[in-house]
Amino acid sequence: MEISSRQAIIRPRFLRKRFPRASTRRRPQSRLLYWLFLAACGTVVALILTVPLYLIMRMVGSGREAAQLLVKASTLQILNNTILLAAAVTAAAILIALPVAWLTTRTDLPGRRIWTILSALPLVLPSYVAAYLFATILAPKGMVQQFLEPLTGLERMPSLVGFPGAFMVLTFITYPYILLTTRAALQRMDPAMVEAARSLGSSPWQAFRRVTFPALRPAIIAGSILVTLYVLRDFGAVTMWQYSTFTRVIYNRYLSYRLDTAAALAFTVVVVTVIILFIEFQARGSMRYDRLSSGAVRPQRKVALGHWKWPALFFLGVLITVTLILPLTGLSVWLWRGLSQDSSILFSSVENSSFELFIQITAAAWNSLSVSLIAAILLAFIALPISILVVRYPSRLTHLFERVTHLSYALPGLVVALALVFFGIQYTQSLYQSTPMLLAAYLVLFIPQAVGSQRVAMMQISPRLEEAGRSLGKRPWTVFRRITFPLMRPGILAGAALVFLTCMKELPATLILSPMGFSTLATQIWANINEAFFARAALPTLLLLLLSSLPLAVLTLREK
Amino acid sequence: MNRLQYVYFIGLFVPMLLLAACQPAAGDAEEDQPSESTGQDADNGQLIIYSGRSESLVQPIIDQFAEATGIDVQVRYGSTMEMAGVLLEEGANSPADVFYAQDPGGLGALQSAGMLAPLPDDLLDKVPSRFVSTAGDWVGMSGRARTVVYNVDALSDPESELPQDIFDFVDPQWDGRIGWAPTNGSFQAMVTAMRTTWGDDKTSEWLQGIQANNPVVYPNNTPIVAGTAAGEVDVGFVNHYYLHRFLAEEGEDFPARNYFLPGGGPGSLIMVSGAGVLQSAENAENAEKFLSFLLSVPGQQYFASQTFEYPVIEGVAIAGGLPELEALDAVAIDIQPAELADIQGTQDLLLELGIID
Repeated sequence: MEISSRQAIIRPRFLRKRFPRASTRRRPQSRLLYWLFLAACGTVVALILTVPLYLIMRMVGSGREAAQLLVKASTLQILNNTILLAAAVTAAAILIALPVAWLTTRTDLPGRRIWTILSALPLVLPSYVAAYLFATILAPKGMVQQFLEPLTGLERMPSLVGFPGAFMVLTFITYPYILLTTRAALQRMDPAMVEAARSLGSSPWQAFRRVTFPALRPAIIAGSILVTLYVLRDFGAVTMWQYSTFTRVIYNRYLSYRLDTAAALAFTVVVVTVIILFIEFQARGSMRYDRLSSGAVRPQRKVALGHWKWPALFFLGVLITVTLILPLTGLSVWLWRGLSQDSSILFSSVENSSFELFIQITAAAWNSLSVSLIAAILLAFIALPISILVVRYPSRLTHLFERVTHLSYALPGLVVALALVFFGIQYTQSLYQSTPMLLAAYLVLFIPQAVGSQRVAMMQISPRLEEAGRSLGKRPWTVFRRITFPLMRPGILAGAALVFLTCMKELPATLILSPMGFSTLATQIWANINEAFFARAALPTLLLLLLSSLPLAVLTLREK
Repeated sequence: MNRLQYVYFIGLFVPMLLLAACQPAAGDAEEDQPSESTGQDADNGQLIIYSGRSESLVQPIIDQFAEATGIDVQVRYGSTMEMAGVLLEEGANSPADVFYAQDPGGLGALQSAGMLAPLPDDLLDKVPSRFVSTAGDWVGMSGRARTVVYNVDALSDPESELPQDIFDFVDPQWDGRIGWAPTNGSFQAMVTAMRTTWGDDKTSEWLQGIQANNPVVYPNNTPIVAGTAAGEVDVGFVNHYYLHRFLAEEGEDFPARNYFLPGGGPGSLIMVSGAGVLQSAENAENAEKFLSFLLSVPGQQYFASQTFEYPVIEGVAIAGGLPELEALDAVAIDIQPAELADIQGTQDLLLELGIID
């Protein structure tokens, strides 16, 4: 029912857009481009589909055991837990991200750029590390309790084990997804729309509700789907806080080396993902988001906050304190405590010198930084044809392609890495465990982040502008370079930033598929936290945050 | 402005791309630079280790081995579960020569898949038979003891206040005072030892008894030790060496200590880390050299002094403050490593009792 009404709306739009292309010269060239794009997308989609294929092949091996597991009552409970957590985290992340996005783009808030950088940073904390830090700091008798006890006499913090802890940590580290996509959309929005609403008598709130919010819908949905799927894939936070979601159960199966059963459960996650993606597709609606008016977007006029800037600053201050300063303080306390006991504590053995430590950390930092930057740029380029196709040539096929890119995003990194091991060792042995292989893993894992923000940006660009360029005799490439690309840029950069930040913290695929001896900051942090060398873990974690903030700073400082 | 950005772009990213492209792939290393910088290394060949033990624990001893032998050693680190999973998927094509695991479970999984090569007798003979796989295809490298960590303020006289045997923690006096980590691999190894020594019925009884005492559930050993010191719980079931990390970072007044159950039994189980050589190893000879190096006196001394683990060969002094290995298994629980590798049965039991999910 809904599908048919959808198509009824889409179709005239589709035809309308085709109409101008009936002009003589353009057609063959765009056809060629269309097929080229389609082929590029097909390759990416094929790569991504290897993961479910691997799961099916494994599942067949498990036979009855997997089937029994899936019909067990506890599986339903796990499904329930997973969906509850995903929904709650997504809702909370939207509530945090929207005001931050608006405050940092549309108002005269003091220190907007600093706030922008700081508020995006929690994303870079590996969930395993974030969960561990919060679990330690907020333990019944953890650092916060020890700090509060002399002041308030609080003897025990309430336990956050289970849903509350997992919910809290996941919200903190995922809200930047929605923040970054929404900020990019806010920057691209034509102020004339809100002004028109205001001139027609809407109050600022009405203008927000009726104009700004609907216009931001694609961005919010694109960010939310990333958050929802991230919750499905995460196992760091749910393991640390003992909350049973699919990933935790999958992980427990791997711990007893039941790869087949784990695959069966992972395949269930794929099925759940398909359902979620379908719902999201319906939620997108069929509104157009490009500007129909002529002329370029004017620079936004900033809303003067006046006295409201104090509550706004308070809100941001609390947010940054809880999501960033609290874990950083915990780390610093570890570092300080370790160093004050014994300054050689940072070295893994007595023979190690501080110079060797420096070399080791520098190498890890360089590896993290270079491979994440390359992945960010590479994925931005690869995502372009997908996002252009799905917006400019909407059809069942292109929509399917775009949906499929999200398919493996909800799977734990370990499952994706094992799938690539399975096929990689058989068919691409010369590339096995090399940088290209690692980049392929990042592609499978993180391409939706780039596609999501680019697609939203593309939707805000009127095809008329491109057509005008073409009608003035410019080649498609020139039109893309001079019109489409500059207009898409905030979306491309936001997507690249997301990919960069998530690659910086990626763990299982990096451990499994990187070249031999390739250590990153994330692997260093993991190795030390895992063995309770807290002081040693502090240094790479601080460096990870610092290095991640650099590209964010560059992006933010370029904003006008 | 625009042109400047392009210059930035090219200036920054092109060198990076080039650099990344030059990262050698797994097996390329020797082909790219044939014995240029390290003339003798090339002659001594290569060794590829998949390590489930973390870099911070074993890299120093691996460096010592590489230095002593001139072998070009490359290591891939991950958790034991991840590395075993990768090896199982790689099968006979695996580039790895050695699998070095934190616990017998991962080695057992590879053994079942027929991926481990039999080891020579002179290697196996260095170690007491209880630390060697019955099939002779992997060997223990260092030992960790299960123990009870307690808060020194809550239990000022541990000898009289703490029970002799881990079974006695089912007593209601321990209600709300115990910390445990049922999803943790070492804990599950202990439960496996319980099943082999006590039988499934008594093990179930113990698990349900502890469950009835409302234990505080932790994700793994480290937070149990931290939580015990902070007074969240009075006692916790852990591995012995985590306490030593805290003592090193926080000093001697860290208010927790280990209590080695005098009754022995599964509560003071010795678990070994171990290593095996892959059937498909291309550098099998170097792999055996590596195993033999770890089992040498300097190798074992490293574990005793640097990681606070138990050496598995005779004649190496253990770290201060640890009870003798013999004292721990006074009750001589005769557990074959193969039995410890049966985590699946233990997980099923824990699942059935609703302790894990």
